[in-house]
Amino acid sequence: MDFLTLIQLLDSTVRLATPLLLACLAGLFSERAGIFDIGLEGKMLAAAFFSAAIAALTGSVWLGLLAGIAASMSLSLLHGLASITFRGNQLISGVAINFLAAGLTVLIAQDWFQQGGRTPSLMGGGRFEPITLPFAEALAQVPLLGPIYSELISGHSILVYIAFATVPLTWWVLYRTRFGLRLRAVGENPAAVDTAGVSVVALRYAAVLICGVLCGIAGAYLSTALQAGFVKDMSAGRGFIALAALIFAKWRPWYALYATLLFGLFGALETRPDVIEAVIGIRVQGQLLGALPYIMTVIILAGFVGKAIPPRAGGTPYVKER
Amino acid sequence: MSADGIAGRQETAAPAIELKGISKAFGPVQANKDISIRVMPGTIHGIIGENGAGKSTLMSILYGFYKADKGEIFISGRKTDIPDSQAAISAGIGMVFQHFKLVENFTVLENIILGAEDGGLLRPSLAKARRSLVELAEEYGLNVNPDALIEEIGVGMQQRVEILKALYRRADILILDEPTGVLTPAEADQLFRILGRLREEGKTIILITHKLREIMEATDTVSVMRRGEMTATVKTSETSPAELAELMVGRKVLLRVDKKPATPGDVVLDIKGLRVVDDQKVERLKGIDLQVRAGEILGIAGVAGNGQSELLEVLGGYADGTGEVMLNGHPLALSGTGADGRSRRTQGIGHVPEDRQREGLIMDFAAWENTAFGYHRSDAYKSGLLLNNAAIRSDTEGKMARFDVRPPDPSLAAKSFSGGNQQKIVLAREIERNPDLLLVGQPTRGVDIGAIEFIHQQIVALRDQGKAILLVSVELEEILALADRVAVMFDGHIMGERLSSETDEKELGLLMAGVGS
Repeated sequence: MDFLTLIQLLDSTVRLATPLLLACLAGLFSERAGIFDIGLEGKMLAAAFFSAAIAALTGSVWLGLLAGIAASMSLSLLHGLASITFRGNQLISGVAINFLAAGLTVLIAQDWFQQGGRTPSLMGGGRFEPITLPFAEALAQVPLLGPIYSELISGHSILVYIAFATVPLTWWVLYRTRFGLRLRAVGENPAAVDTAGVSVVALRYAAVLICGVLCGIAGAYLSTALQAGFVKDMSAGRGFIALAALIFAKWRPWYALYATLLFGLFGALETRPDVIEAVIGIRVQGQLLGALPYIMTVIILAGFVGKAIPPRAGGTPYVKER
Repeated sequence: MSADGIAGRQETAAPAIELKGISKAFGPVQANKDISIRVMPGTIHGIIGENGAGKSTLMSILYGFYKADKGEIFISGRKTDIPDSQAAISAGIGMVFQHFKLVENFTVLENIILGAEDGGLLRPSLAKARRSLVELAEEYGLNVNPDALIEEIGVGMQQRVEILKALYRRADILILDEPTGVLTPAEADQLFRILGRLREEGKTIILITHKLREIMEATDTVSVMRRGEMTATVKTSETSPAELAELMVGRKVLLRVDKKPATPGDVVLDIKGLRVVDDQKVERLKGIDLQVRAGEILGIAGVAGNGQSELLEVLGGYADGTGEVMLNGHPLALSGTGADGRSRRTQGIGHVPEDRQREGLIMDFAAWENTAFGYHRSDAYKSGLLLNNAAIRSDTEGKMARFDVRPPDPSLAAKSFSGGNQQKIVLAREIERNPDLLLVGQPTRGVDIGAIEFIHQQIVALRDQGKAILLVSVELEEILALADRVAVMFDGHIMGERLSSETDEKELGLLMAGVGS
């Protein structure tokens, strides 16, 4: 495998890891506050559709992004209503949101565009275009570092940079701010937060809304940056892989970055079986790579590689007790 | 300053806390009935009462967890509304709950600032808390390592963190709910030293407990609660454990049970050196020796929380213990294989648990399903691999008729019956299996008078068939009326045994308070 192939492979790793990373961090905010969210998938899908649809209708990808975030946040609110206000089962609410999004996106797409449940292909201002970082052209000829800068680091859409910047931001919010302290506390022991005179409900709503924003960006990335338009079920299980990555990352921001990059690499390799064959000499089925994130998560959950302890109050609605 | 001078000042000062006519009901249950209380500043005020007497409810109202249906709260003479915990904190009230409200994987420092941070960033808040922790440690002798994780320090230390949390929020009034429940005696002594120090500094402390010894040792005044009512408030120096025990347990309508003198036969249950250690590693049973003979009722008296529940649990097969327990001459497993409810039932032990709604019944299931529980493997209830629902139903109908369960409808959910009728369902299930030994816990708690009589008759009838009965009740009256022999438990020990015909409430009350033997 030559150097350029490696760069290409890593480049597509970054692109495939981006939606996973955003969704994973979205789940991290929600679950750290004690609200399990298996509706990441549905929120991404809804955001993907509304971003593409509004971008197609207005010609502005930024309006599309806002629409995607708004759609995702509405589903977050629904999840919050069911699991925080009405203390329902968080898993059931999440499943419902996934089904709702899968059905509604296609239905509305067909009603609006009559293209078999897709949106029209996005062009020009309807898409997030790759950004060429300063001096990318000039530095391209520098050996080793040149291609890394110009091919791998430069040339992604703005959403990719946002996603990677969200990692240190999330870490900072969680561990350096009052909000982060309270958020982590409410996922571990909401009674402690409540007796300290802080609203459990408000904190948890804030968490699911942040989750909605990040899922919205992830969804918008799928349909307006990675692809050019919405197609049916285009989230393709990424919400679930993000959940797997979240467990793999033990609910920590930096680990989330590593986990999603690893899972992104599996995704990139899935499309390049020739690379694997060249490196290890065995032909590996693409499906096996697709399944790897799940297999690794099972191994982690079984406790073979360290222990993944979820937030202790996760999944249980908070009821005041005597 | 002379003692008189202090007392004089207290008379003129406004009470730190004054509650007027507080009432609170949960559905049909009146948890607090028209409670009034005055707590003077700079004193330790005890509130004593049995489990379920309404102490915790009252304090939850004071801390803004519940809203009282009626009544007023005055803090330092000013009428104060406490709709939530935030309001309680700003009124200067700090609460140390029985179950600590700490985040286990946070440090001490993080737990202390949680909810009381200064500004959006943590660093300055943590630095400030660290400084003020040093001051508090000096002032009150409350030393903790600010950087230790909660899950890595002992319960005594965790409790200190809770107290520090309250002090950090500038609490002048500190409420401690059953603070010694999880502490070793040494830790408890240390806690009381700290409380004394806090009182010297002018803090007002409310100590909720069901342990008479703590009240006598630590408090200046004490209020007694019973069944949601405040029955008395007295100066601790002017009362005695025996008087308090009587006030707590109370006298009710005299119970009369018609029964012939017992004719005890062979020893059915023989307990030697039984010990139980709970999840918090606290020893709850500290070497119990007891015997129950065929054809007699042994009553276990005691203030709730002195090990009676653990005794029932270990005999019923759902808590682990050590020691030797023989049933009809055969040893019972006290842990591991064979120490479970199913084995106990096949060995001939019936169990009417203390908390019928949590341990005796599944409230959402129908009466007939509840009747089968524990005995669902019996041949009469099976047809091949499946349950024979029709057989269970008709059996339940018979049981309901014989035990006068109203309404006699097997398909009604357990929660639709009144407390007395729920208890009759449990009793019918256990008694009609004809056990050699029946464990009965609080058989008439929350049961109306009519049903009490019926339940007592059934228990006596079982005795007269030559069965052994171990009865645990916090109602002295019930023990005296029903039991042939009484053993009094205190702090995990048997304080003494008496024939019920040769003792009275006064003597038992003293034993319950841990006095003499």
